[in-house]
Amino acid sequence: MPDVVVSFLFIGVIAYSLLAGADFGAGFWDLTAGGAERGKEPRHLIDISLGPVWEANHTWLVYCLVFLWTSFPTAFAAITTTLYLPLGLAALGIVLRGAGFAFRKASLRTPQRRLFGVAFAVSSLLTPFCFGAIAGGIASGRVPAAGAGDALTSWLNPTSILGGVLAVLTCAYLAAIYLYATAARLNATILVRYYRARAFAAAVVTGVVSIAGIFVLQADSPRLFGELSGKALPLVIIAAVCGLATIVLLRLKVLRNLRILAGGAVALVVLGWGVAQYPYLLGTHLTIDEAAAPSSSLNVVVGVAIVAGLVIVPSLILLFRLAVRGRLEPEEH
Amino acid sequence: MSVLALDSVTQVLAFADEPPQLLPARQQMAFTLGFHIILVPFGVALTSLMLIANYRGLRKGDADALLLAKRWSKVAAVLFAVGAITGTVLSFELGLLWPGLMGRYGAAFGFPFAIEGLFFFTEAIFVSIYIYGWDRLRPWAHFWTGVPVALASIGGAAAVIGANSWMNKPGGFTVRGGEVVEVHPAQVFFNGAFWYEFAHMLLAAYIVAGFGVASVYAVGILRGRRGRYHRVGFLISFVTAAVILPVQMIVGDTIARYVFDSEPHKFAAIELLPKTGTNVPETLGGILVDGEVRYGIPIPDMASILAAFKPSTRIQGLDAIPADVRPSDQIVSTVHLAFDVMVGLSSILMVLVLWFAWIMWRRRPVERQTWFLRCCAPAGLAAIACLETGWMVTELGRQPWTVVGHLLTLDAVTRQGNIWPLFAAVLAIYIAVGVSAITVLLSMRKRWQAEGDSGVEVPYGPQSGPRLADATSRSER
Repeated sequence: MPDVVVSFLFIGVIAYSLLAGADFGAGFWDLTAGGAERGKEPRHLIDISLGPVWEANHTWLVYCLVFLWTSFPTAFAAITTTLYLPLGLAALGIVLRGAGFAFRKASLRTPQRRLFGVAFAVSSLLTPFCFGAIAGGIASGRVPAAGAGDALTSWLNPTSILGGVLAVLTCAYLAAIYLYATAARLNATILVRYYRARAFAAAVVTGVVSIAGIFVLQADSPRLFGELSGKALPLVIIAAVCGLATIVLLRLKVLRNLRILAGGAVALVVLGWGVAQYPYLLGTHLTIDEAAAPSSSLNVVVGVAIVAGLVIVPSLILLFRLAVRGRLEPEEH
Repeated sequence: MSVLALDSVTQVLAFADEPPQLLPARQQMAFTLGFHIILVPFGVALTSLMLIANYRGLRKGDADALLLAKRWSKVAAVLFAVGAITGTVLSFELGLLWPGLMGRYGAAFGFPFAIEGLFFFTEAIFVSIYIYGWDRLRPWAHFWTGVPVALASIGGAAAVIGANSWMNKPGGFTVRGGEVVEVHPAQVFFNGAFWYEFAHMLLAAYIVAGFGVASVYAVGILRGRRGRYHRVGFLISFVTAAVILPVQMIVGDTIARYVFDSEPHKFAAIELLPKTGTNVPETLGGILVDGEVRYGIPIPDMASILAAFKPSTRIQGLDAIPADVRPSDQIVSTVHLAFDVMVGLSSILMVLVLWFAWIMWRRRPVERQTWFLRCCAPAGLAAIACLETGWMVTELGRQPWTVVGHLLTLDAVTRQGNIWPLFAAVLAIYIAVGVSAITVLLSMRKRWQAEGDSGVEVPYGPQSGPRLADATSRSER
């Protein structure tokens, strides 16, 4: 049962990486879009594509937190008493971001819009960096099982920095590709070129950093490195192939399968981390079985997750179908 | 004398034991919860008001009611967006501020939050569908997409209250060797306090949203906007609150007797009662100074009568609580005064409701009742004050426990780092968010008055702004 729970937890982690990742990445491109006039069109596209479900994305994060504290309570407390700085920063980032986005849309005057926009964009970098750093701290075994680990080196270490930088880059990469696809769907030629160039750059930079990351992990997190080049190697290779394929497709200006390949690449890297860390919940020392709560607690969260799937998936399909049918989109002029 | 000396020794020890994180953690939790709780009634009940207006609009072809429903849905969307953010922060805080609670009891009472997440997600999806659906879906189909919003928000509130009431009346788990080894989820969720707390909060949500919305339209009418639109807006919201408030009074009275029976320590604080006894007076106002009641106005025998209908009812005082877990004078006084404010303000609101009933009975047009409307203007704030003080009674009333009888707050709090900077940042951001939310709502109102509905964009809502400038017919595939 603990393994089932951990699989469910990881579904949440992957979903959050993909959905919120694209979201955070949109903030990255918002930040780099330039002045109010120059950046107006790219930003408008971001507003359009983030519309309906931007905030439902954070539900995945809450889902992961709830899964952790119900199913692995002591490990959860160990994480929060060690990594409280990046967690606190991420929480602040989420508030700023959400508020910035919500109010930019509802406010009219340009200075106001700019202020909310800056809040939105800056926190879009800070939050994924913190989450990446947290993942790095856990993966490299820097969270002691009893908690209260080093408040700084637990997330300011080579593996965490790598995790943070990669998180920001993958967000930018995912977002650029989604925005490119949206621009193409809306026939916005200039924006298509704009976001394709950025998607290409992001893909190349992410690839280079990933390769450099191999050496960082080898030096800093030997166990993680060993497993990534061992039992998780197939996943890593497929992820790399997917990533390369997106670069080729971007070069050839082919839109087909691009989003699936990009999402697949990111999901496989995250999954690779999970497989490499198995059977440990906390890096290198606390196993999933040791950390698990009594079975009735595990049963009930798994039950809720299944019901959630049954209720939410059809509702989401309804929302997306309405959107696709154009009823939820702005009418064409 | 020696008992007293022992008391002060344990008190000193308790203070010496207090981690420096306790004060800022409690302040931050109180502040963020107090902020979030104001948004809850609008998610739970404003959406119901919106459906009532929508239903009326469709059934009777009432264009004003439909316009109200449309605007309320947009207000609800803005407040829902803020509530979603502050709610996410709360789940972080559970881990960051109270690792002792989550680490030890997460296995027992963590799962209701998963249920809450399920409802929240459903609500977010249908809020989107409902707001996007205006003028895009068939009218009745659109109405039905709003129903899951109201139901899911009620379910979400129930789930959070499941967790909170468990902290007040924990049950359904077995601890062995300091670890939770067995959990009975149904007994955790439907603990002894659940139905009382849930009913009380659900009704409170309708009262706050009802009076809150009614206040806005009362002010509008007083400023000379006496059209049918304002009258309908006022009546739908005020009547909802007016119908619920008497029910709430009865429920509240029942809950007071439940607290007397099942949470005597809280009841002692509410009644400001240092010593166990019979013929206990109801003290209006007043505080506890060095364990003695000061400045209050006592009504003889009243507390005993309210607790079990006769003056000879024996009520446990604070002296029945072991000295090392007895709440401080300051906490007891705050609980007592909060209770008095809650009861006092809701009684005043009840007078307002009776006044309204009289106006209706005499068939007077409500938009001409200037003095009545003037009194309605602050009713929304009064209802919010009742909500806040009610939660203060519940939450401060369980101190010094976090999980009553099992976990002290000072064992629940984190021992890591300095909380003050986090608290300061949260305070600054929340104030900014609060001010922004109000600014946005006011600017929405201004634009509604000036330009009608097309110019107002809200989160979840569709874009009506300029289209992409370079959209051409060519596409790249």
